[in-house]
Amino acid sequence: MLVNVLFYVFGAILVLTAIGVITARNPVHCALFLVAAFLNSAVIWLLLDAEFLALTLVVVYVGAVMVLWLFVVMMLDIDVAKLRQGFTRYAPLGALIALIVVVQIGLVVYVRNLGLTDTAAAAVNHPEGYSNTQELGHLLYTQYLYPFEIAAVILLVAIVAAITLTMRDRPGQKVQDIGKQVAVRAKDRLRIVKMDAETRQ
Amino acid sequence: MIPLSHVLLLSGILFSLAVAGIFINRKNVLLLLMCIELMLLSVNFNFIAFSHYLGDLAGQVFVFFILTVAAAESAIGLAILVVLFRERRSINVEDLDAMRG
Amino acid sequence: MEQTLLVIVLAPLLASIIAGFLGKRIGRVATHSITIAGVAVACGLSIQVLLGLVNGAPVFDGAVYTWLVSDGISMQVGFLVDRLAALMMVVVTFISLMVHIYTIGYMREDPGYTRFFSYISLFTFAMLMLVMSNNLMQLFFGWEGVGVVSYLLIGFWYTKPTAIAASMKAFLVNRVGDFGFLLGIAGLVHLTGSLHYSEIFAQADKIAGSTFELFPGHVWQAATVICIGLFIGAMGKSAQVPLHVWLPDSMEGPTPISALIHAATMVTAGIFMVARMSPIFELSEAALSFVLVIGSTTALFMGFLGIVNNDIKRVVAYSTLSQLGYMTADLGVSAYAGSIFHLMTHAFFKALLFLAAGSVIIAMHHEQDMRKMGGLKKYMPITYWTALIGTLALIGFPGFAGFFSKDAVLEAVHASHLPGATYAYWCLLIGVFVTAFYSFRLVFMTFHGEERMDHHTREHLHESPWVVTLPLVLLAIPSVLIGWFTIEPLLFGGYFESSIRVAENHDVLHHVAEEFHGPAAFVLHGFSGPAVWLAAAGVVLAWFLYLKRPDLPAQLRARAGPVYTLLENKYYFDWFNEHVIAAGSRMLGTALWKGGDVALIDGAAVNGTARLVGWVASVARGLQSGYLYHYAFATIIGLSVLLAWLLWRS
Repeated sequence: MLVNVLFYVFGAILVLTAIGVITARNPVHCALFLVAAFLNSAVIWLLLDAEFLALTLVVVYVGAVMVLWLFVVMMLDIDVAKLRQGFTRYAPLGALIALIVVVQIGLVVYVRNLGLTDTAAAAVNHPEGYSNTQELGHLLYTQYLYPFEIAAVILLVAIVAAITLTMRDRPGQKVQDIGKQVAVRAKDRLRIVKMDAETRQ
Repeated sequence: MIPLSHVLLLSGILFSLAVAGIFINRKNVLLLLMCIELMLLSVNFNFIAFSHYLGDLAGQVFVFFILTVAAAESAIGLAILVVLFRERRSINVEDLDAMRG
Repeated sequence: MEQTLLVIVLAPLLASIIAGFLGKRIGRVATHSITIAGVAVACGLSIQVLLGLVNGAPVFDGAVYTWLVSDGISMQVGFLVDRLAALMMVVVTFISLMVHIYTIGYMREDPGYTRFFSYISLFTFAMLMLVMSNNLMQLFFGWEGVGVVSYLLIGFWYTKPTAIAASMKAFLVNRVGDFGFLLGIAGLVHLTGSLHYSEIFAQADKIAGSTFELFPGHVWQAATVICIGLFIGAMGKSAQVPLHVWLPDSMEGPTPISALIHAATMVTAGIFMVARMSPIFELSEAALSFVLVIGSTTALFMGFLGIVNNDIKRVVAYSTLSQLGYMTADLGVSAYAGSIFHLMTHAFFKALLFLAAGSVIIAMHHEQDMRKMGGLKKYMPITYWTALIGTLALIGFPGFAGFFSKDAVLEAVHASHLPGATYAYWCLLIGVFVTAFYSFRLVFMTFHGEERMDHHTREHLHESPWVVTLPLVLLAIPSVLIGWFTIEPLLFGGYFESSIRVAENHDVLHHVAEEFHGPAAFVLHGFSGPAVWLAAAGVVLAWFLYLKRPDLPAQLRARAGPVYTLLENKYYFDWFNEHVIAAGSRMLGTALWKGGDVALIDGAAVNGTARLVGWVASVARGLQSGYLYHYAFATIIGLSVLLAWLLWRS
């Protein structure tokens, strides 16, 4: 019972923050609204017995990815004033389309019922000592090992890509060019001149 | 117990809000990317819901990977945005029409 | 025999090629010597072949070269040399030889001397291919060949606009005839599956039993359709009404070719073809009636036009048209032998008349208007006497060649019971009077009476050189004699029995034969018929109007007003062709060009397609705005449409 109430409350807040994301003028506000949305959804996931993922959402997603977002948002020198103009022209149309999609999804879910009854998973009651994390880890390191490794590679690729894209040469920066250093030859640096010995005058 | 259809409806609302956000927004590229995050979130909701109701952890594993890939994708997306901003000094979506037919 | 035939055909061709390509290099004397040698060889060998056949040699019917075989139809170069073909070969080569010799004198001052010889030798080749052929394709080849050479020769003086127009006219009118001819040939091939005469004639019963449905609901006898098609070709080539309009204009060409092509040989190709196809024509009485009516109409009405014309060559041209009408009428009553007989005699005396006219023209320094001639008798005796002989032959003076052939025609038409025979008989009979009238009008105006030429010309008047007068004499001899000796074997002696087939109920010559008791009796019999007296009346009238009272013609002309105008405008055939047919075709062409080609095909189909593609592309281009939000919008709308459809379906 409590679970249901909590679900509805946090669900409502989630929707509100989502609306806030798309309607906020200031991009920083948008990002913060998004953070709030993630936090709310983490709570709902907890209610749905996905503990590890809920916490991962908070720690990794909010803590790392959204922070990155905020960094970028604040780094870009955005002219906020210009962004405040001209918003509401397409709002009605957008709202209409969104409404239509929601209605259709509702029809799919409710009318066709997806072959499931609502309370089908009432029987999901976990035994004592059940740890979601442990079970998840079990799966990851046995059945889904290969995708796990690939996920790691994807992250590596993302790092490399991000650095490659954004790194640039700053003029005036004194950096070593290893390639050039190694390619130097003795005669570029040292010139041996044959001279007669001279005595001191 | 939370009814499955309610969770699915919630995620459907989130998804359509995100899509509405994409085409309402004409000024801010950042907002575009944020809406993509929202869409991914709604998909994650679906997976978790079904995983919970079918008792199969495969859904949660999937969410795991989606989170990974979403993170990678935001990183690269933001990197591209930064480079774009350096060139154009503007993040107005209406200026990004170089690929028009 | 095959070698002989090949030499006959190829000798003129070879001479033509040499004269054409090397003429300028080897000089005039060598050119005319080679070409005359070629034609003389052909002539000599043709006479040999004819004598052989008369004495019982077998008919030669075989292929020399197979060009191609398509769908079972074999197209070959082959020869069918029976007595009909041999007769034609002798006529063609002999007249061609006379014309070759004559040309030495006539074209002496012309810069295109060698080209002329090349052309007339080429013509001889084409005509021989035509008459010697054993299949329809080679016949058509020769047919077109003589048409081409006729075009080249009519337009020989190609810097003269009238000559060019005349040559085009000849070719185009012939083309109209050829269209009908091709349809006839197609009909034959369709029914019999072969182009060879022997194979076609063997299937005559099958043709007799077949029908064509040209228009839905109207079923025609196949034989009628085919024969009318073939005859339309003959109408074009042999200048029958209404496809006769090219012949008078063809007088633009030099006189030798008027003699060779437009009197003796090419125009007779149509007559020859119908005679050759006699087994088919016998199957259709409707077609024969058609032939008869057209022929007799031409005979009479073209004769009228000869009365009012003042150009010496054109009068002879109208005379040719009229005589061709006689030949055609004879074909119509199934007296094919009589038609060929008249063809042969006519070839001699008409060629003679043309060459004589040419002789007069050279003497008068290329003046052709008879109103400026007169009294030439004492200046050009040989020309005068030979021309007189030719004219007497033409009008059917008893005993001369023309008398036998013309009276045979009249008797044959009189004995026929075909629909239209009575009309034909009256046309031909009146035509005798008209022929005599205009022929002697020509003789009196040119050779008798007061001298109307100017002083300068009169001083230079003299007889033409021997190269001109020799052919005249050589042609005058058969004009007198040949009729007497050949009428009996040709018409009643079964000369053509293997070549010409006549059905029992059409056989008019059989009736005429019952009354025939030899040439002398035929001459006497002629005095008891109307023809000789009508001819005499015509001569008397001509003498009266042009010698006794030369002032009368002008008064008559004034009185006869509209009739005279009709005749002067040649029954308005030319006007009709020019203003209705030609102008109509041009209008149709322009309409199809502007409406069909430019507007429809170029504008709508080709450019229109391009414009449509461009329009579609421009609409599609709008979809690619470059804005991400537009793309997302399109995606989500597509998604919701798809969802809606899936929901609807279930």
